[in-house]
Amino acid sequence: MIGGLFIYNHKGEVLISRVYRDDIGRNAVDAFRVNVIHARQQVRSPVNNIARTSFFHVKRSNIWLAAVTKQNVNAAMVFEFLYKMCDVMAAYFGKISEENIKNNFVLIYELLDEILDFGYPQNSETGALKTFITQQGIKSQHHTKEEQSQITSQVTGQIGWRREGIKYRRNELFLDVLESVNLLMSPQGQVLSAHVSGRVVMKSYLSGMPECKFGMNDKIVIDKQGKGGATDEAAKSGKQSIAIDDCTFHQCVRLSKFDSERSISFIPPDGDYELMRYRTTKDIILPFRVIPLVREVGRTKLEVKVVIKSNFKPSLLAQKIEVRIPTPLNTSGVQVICMKGKAKYKASENAIVWKIKRMAGMKESQISAEIELLPTNDKKKWARPPISMNFEVPFAPSGLKVRYLKVFEPKLNYSDHDVIKWVRYIGRSGIYETRC
Amino acid sequence: MPAVSKGDGMRGLAVFISDIRNCKSKEAEIKRINKELANIRSKFKGDKALDGYSKKKYVCKLLFIFLLGHDIDFGHMEAVNLLSSNKYTEKQIGYLFISVLVNSNSELIRLINNAIKNDLSSRNPTFMCLALHCIANVGSREMAEAFAGEIPRILVAGDTMDSVKQSAALCLLRLYKTSPDLVLMGEWTSRVVHLLNDQHMGVVTAAISLITCLSQKNPDEFKTCVSLAVSRLSRIVSSASTDLQDYTYYFVPAPWLSCKLLRLLQCYPPPEDGAVKGRLVECLETILNKAQEPPKSKKVQHSNAKNAILFEAISLIIHYDSEPNLLVRACNQLGQFLQHRETNLRYLALESMCTLASSEFSHEAVKTHIETVINALKTERDVSVRQRAADLLYAMCDRSNAKQIVAEMLSYLETADYSIREEMVLKVAILAEKYAVDYSWYVDTILNLIRIAGDYVSEEVWYRVIQIVINRDDVQGYAAKTVFEALQAPACHENMVKVGGYILGEFGNLIAGDPRSSPLVQFNLLHSKFHLCSVPTRALLLSAYIKFINLFPETKATIQEVLRSDSQIRNSDVELQQRAVEYLKLSSIASTDVLATVLEEMPPFPERESSILAKLKKKKGPGAVSELEEGRREGGELNGGGERGGDASVMATSNASTPSPSADLLGLRSAAPVGSAAPSAGSLLVDVFSEGGPATASASVNDDGFLRDLEQPTEVSDSLLVEGPGDSDSAPPSVASEDPAPPLPEADELLNKFVCKNNGVLFENQLLQIGIKSEYRQNLGRMYLFYGNKTSVQFSSFCTTVTCPGDLQAQLNVQTKPVEPLVEGGAQVQQVINIECLTDFVDAPLLNIKFRYGGALQNVTLKLPVTINKFFQPTDMASHDFFQRWKQLSQPQQEAQKIFKAGQGMDTEVLKAKLLGLGTALLENVDPNPENYVCAGVIQTKGQQVGCLLRLEPNAQAQMYRLTLRSSKDTVSKRLCDLLAEQF
Repeated sequence: MIGGLFIYNHKGEVLISRVYRDDIGRNAVDAFRVNVIHARQQVRSPVNNIARTSFFHVKRSNIWLAAVTKQNVNAAMVFEFLYKMCDVMAAYFGKISEENIKNNFVLIYELLDEILDFGYPQNSETGALKTFITQQGIKSQHHTKEEQSQITSQVTGQIGWRREGIKYRRNELFLDVLESVNLLMSPQGQVLSAHVSGRVVMKSYLSGMPECKFGMNDKIVIDKQGKGGATDEAAKSGKQSIAIDDCTFHQCVRLSKFDSERSISFIPPDGDYELMRYRTTKDIILPFRVIPLVREVGRTKLEVKVVIKSNFKPSLLAQKIEVRIPTPLNTSGVQVICMKGKAKYKASENAIVWKIKRMAGMKESQISAEIELLPTNDKKKWARPPISMNFEVPFAPSGLKVRYLKVFEPKLNYSDHDVIKWVRYIGRSGIYETRC
Repeated sequence: MPAVSKGDGMRGLAVFISDIRNCKSKEAEIKRINKELANIRSKFKGDKALDGYSKKKYVCKLLFIFLLGHDIDFGHMEAVNLLSSNKYTEKQIGYLFISVLVNSNSELIRLINNAIKNDLSSRNPTFMCLALHCIANVGSREMAEAFAGEIPRILVAGDTMDSVKQSAALCLLRLYKTSPDLVLMGEWTSRVVHLLNDQHMGVVTAAISLITCLSQKNPDEFKTCVSLAVSRLSRIVSSASTDLQDYTYYFVPAPWLSCKLLRLLQCYPPPEDGAVKGRLVECLETILNKAQEPPKSKKVQHSNAKNAILFEAISLIIHYDSEPNLLVRACNQLGQFLQHRETNLRYLALESMCTLASSEFSHEAVKTHIETVINALKTERDVSVRQRAADLLYAMCDRSNAKQIVAEMLSYLETADYSIREEMVLKVAILAEKYAVDYSWYVDTILNLIRIAGDYVSEEVWYRVIQIVINRDDVQGYAAKTVFEALQAPACHENMVKVGGYILGEFGNLIAGDPRSSPLVQFNLLHSKFHLCSVPTRALLLSAYIKFINLFPETKATIQEVLRSDSQIRNSDVELQQRAVEYLKLSSIASTDVLATVLEEMPPFPERESSILAKLKKKKGPGAVSELEEGRREGGELNGGGERGGDASVMATSNASTPSPSADLLGLRSAAPVGSAAPSAGSLLVDVFSEGGPATASASVNDDGFLRDLEQPTEVSDSLLVEGPGDSDSAPPSVASEDPAPPLPEADELLNKFVCKNNGVLFENQLLQIGIKSEYRQNLGRMYLFYGNKTSVQFSSFCTTVTCPGDLQAQLNVQTKPVEPLVEGGAQVQQVINIECLTDFVDAPLLNIKFRYGGALQNVTLKLPVTINKFFQPTDMASHDFFQRWKQLSQPQQEAQKIFKAGQGMDTEVLKAKLLGLGTALLENVDPNPENYVCAGVIQTKGQQVGCLLRLEPNAQAQMYRLTLRSSKDTVSKRLCDLLAEQF
């Protein structure tokens, strides 16, 4: 179990220190600072064992969060908790920065008291927490004594993530499919590895205790239906279905039902939440293709030409495109010419950064650069790191489609048709690299 | 004036450094550095030439980045350019960059060397110094090659500035240390010595370091430095503290120089010139006097400097070891330090005293501080100081104070640190042994030692106590009594049980008279510890039990009961089981006489260097390697020896022992077997078996364990290589490989070795060892040959043949069973040969062995040690019978006589053993002259029996023997006479 939790700034000064168990002494705070934050060699491992004490840390911008224990705990649990902790803090006061942490000092201790009890993680659902931990921005919505007393029963009840008696004039539902596509491609255009990790994020404003059912073009579901139904329908849907490698769900999803029927049904929490995460590796739509051309002209000059091609419907627009072309370590000068967007040599990052605001599908664009090199007496050859790329496209590169999202609320008098539903697809780049 | 402000500040560098210091994270720092590097690259790349100032600035930045831990792979050229600048700051930065960053890069090194050469030949002392420092800092081989000739010239040139001389001396020292072969001695060496007379103290200090280092290699060349050093030293020592101005450090005149001078003098023996010596003694006295003066300052630096000189002076005094007066004074001075409140001083004092104690002049003086040292051992808080105190106690110990010191060390041992306990135990053991006047005190001490620190008592310690008890008759009874008492403690250490088991087994009878320690009580006491002990100890205890059976027949039933119990006779450990079985059998079959012989008291051990001392040497480590090696080897040998102590008699009896993992415990592999330590016992034991208990003997002999006992190093040298095809010049290889090789030249010699014995190693070279074991009944013989593969590679096509050349075919019938053609590496194969003697014979059958070792054919031919005497049947007869027969065989052809010189010593026991080994009966009280030996026997052949009588008359004064043989057959007489003449 977690023995204590510390938050440090980038200098290693302690901002928050909460000790849950007696086996963690005060010196543990210093041990982590000395051995990890100020270590001579950068510490890469997120788990460190110092003097028979385990430290699990995550870093958010310049802030270190470290959970400490002397026991043999489930490391995955500890990290899940740390991530949840970050989410909760972000939900309460936005970005996790030294400034914000200092300003919300009391709130953080209050939260820590609530979500960890003697080192055992408790309810960390933001929605539920917000009902009873209130601060400045988050005003308590419940004033009556009666409602206050309900909090306890709700938080400890079977459906801890949703309280009863929620009423909205307009029942609305927002569903975002957020995906990040990762790629490693050889210079010849061969895909070496590619996968998409996606999330389904929802925002629900629904009255009562509605029962929801979410459907997508999951291959297993479609195939099953195809067997029962007409053959031509199966053929049609078979093309569009996707194979999900693995997925995880929010706690509100009934897993038993998913296991038996592979249907996703749940009583949604109120407000923002992440319904599911998934990963696919097959039939990925690669939104961009990068074609590099590097030519070494003598010892002191390098010519680079990079072509990018967009590979999706011409009606769609990709945004925030950024291509990063690494330069050798002995670069002494760069000249760049690009047809579209802006390109610049950034010495501090040893790369040429080429930015394009918008780009439609089925187009291509090109950059060429002349890199001057300083002759060195070092025989080491330049390792040629891959060219990486960032972008955002309005579709799901995995091919995932939302087929339906049904809402049932038997007790209140609104039906599925009355709910306004919004669906949005966003595909972003993860690590999207092409070797050159 | 912008130029001036530029030259001073290097603002760009300051900004860069402060930027880096302000970076909030590692990533930010790396970004900043990347940016700066790109900037510098573009600047260096730029077409317009940079001025010296910017070059210096950028090189500085690169240096800073490098020192932050980032790789720098450019800018070297710019740094080299800076070297040729005329500005000091620019040159300095250039040299700095090069000494930090340059590796042996060929093209640049040439440029750098060139620049250095220019600076060295310039008349500017600052530049020369910079260049010298750079050479010393880099110190690479290339630089040494380039400048090793130049620097000595600068060093001794008359017009060189003092500061340059200083740098040159130190630079040369550095080059000499890295590549001594490049710094050649020359005429400059004599002039270097004269630098000791230099006006400038700095030059002297630098030169002394160089001279000290050089003189260690070539002491003769620098001999003259002694008198110069002495006069310099006396000038410094006698000067008032204000005379030397800059070189006075907290009221101490030139402390570093003094220390170095004293250290230089330690490289040489005391000066022979009386005047010089007198002056030196005077100096040393002054230093000792000064130590007594009240301190001129309370600052710690003052006392540190003073003490540094003092300790260096004391080491010199110890090094000379010839001035009793000074030695005693030094000792008194150190005595004062022993109680000083500075821990470091106490440590140093103890350490120096250790060396003082070994000098004959100061030993007594050191001894006066014994109380203080003992006190230090008890109260000192720092373990390293306590360790030194223990060392000193050990060093100052002699006969007069041994008891006190040992007692103190023993009492300290109870609380001593674990890290030094083992060493302490060894020291106590050595002191106790070395200075023991009274061996009962020694026994007490060691037993106490085992009691107090049993876990830290190494094997050597208890081996040693047993060796000493066995070798000293006067202490045996006391030892038995003390051990008996010590064993009565409810919990005693296993080492104690080992000592107890051994000593009671040997000398339990000495205390058996007392009803409190009656045999049965002794046995029960030992047996009560049995179950708590490890296997080796249990094995030892079992041997002690069998000795008890011999010593006290009344315990026989009890002990046999114990041996018979399942926990012994069916023990899962082979060694214990075997001992139990053999001892049980031995005790029930052998008669008391046999038992008494077998289990005779151990013979005294040969005196050797104490193994404990060797162990301590080994522990101390920094001794000479060869000495250390020797110690280790000796230790190992004694190890075996000591173990054997417990088991030698056992070993001889239990010749049926199978090779078991614990066989090493028996000491079977130890170099010196019974033979060397107890020749009489060893050979007698064999006889006991062949005569006394034929039933047991013949049953137990058929085992290769016996061979193992006898596999001792033989006289056959290792250089005796197998005669391979390559060796034979006469025949081409293919022919040689087919035919049996001619017998080895040594074959006859080998044969002679086996005239008087039946078992042993017949032959040995690097590949093969052949062991032999044989038995003879009437005219029949059976011989077991054991072929051992000494390599790790298998022998293929292994094939042996026995042939009887010439007449022998009709005289001897030899049958062999074929052996396996493959002998695995390290394995042993056995071959049985049956021999029947048809009639008397002269020659020996030939044994030819052929095998392939790694493809090469090996071919060896040996003579099988079958001689006529093997078929002897001993005959006992009375005196008059003997002479009657003697007279009957009086025909001249029936007698063979030889007079020859003794080859070996004329030891009665050895002679007897040999005559018995011959197979005849040794007749006592037959010959009127007791010095003479007479033997009688009958040679059994298939066809006839040949009676033989033998008379051997030694003449001790002339070291001659007369050997007379009479038999009913002339050939037999002659052959036997020839055979026997080789034996004595």
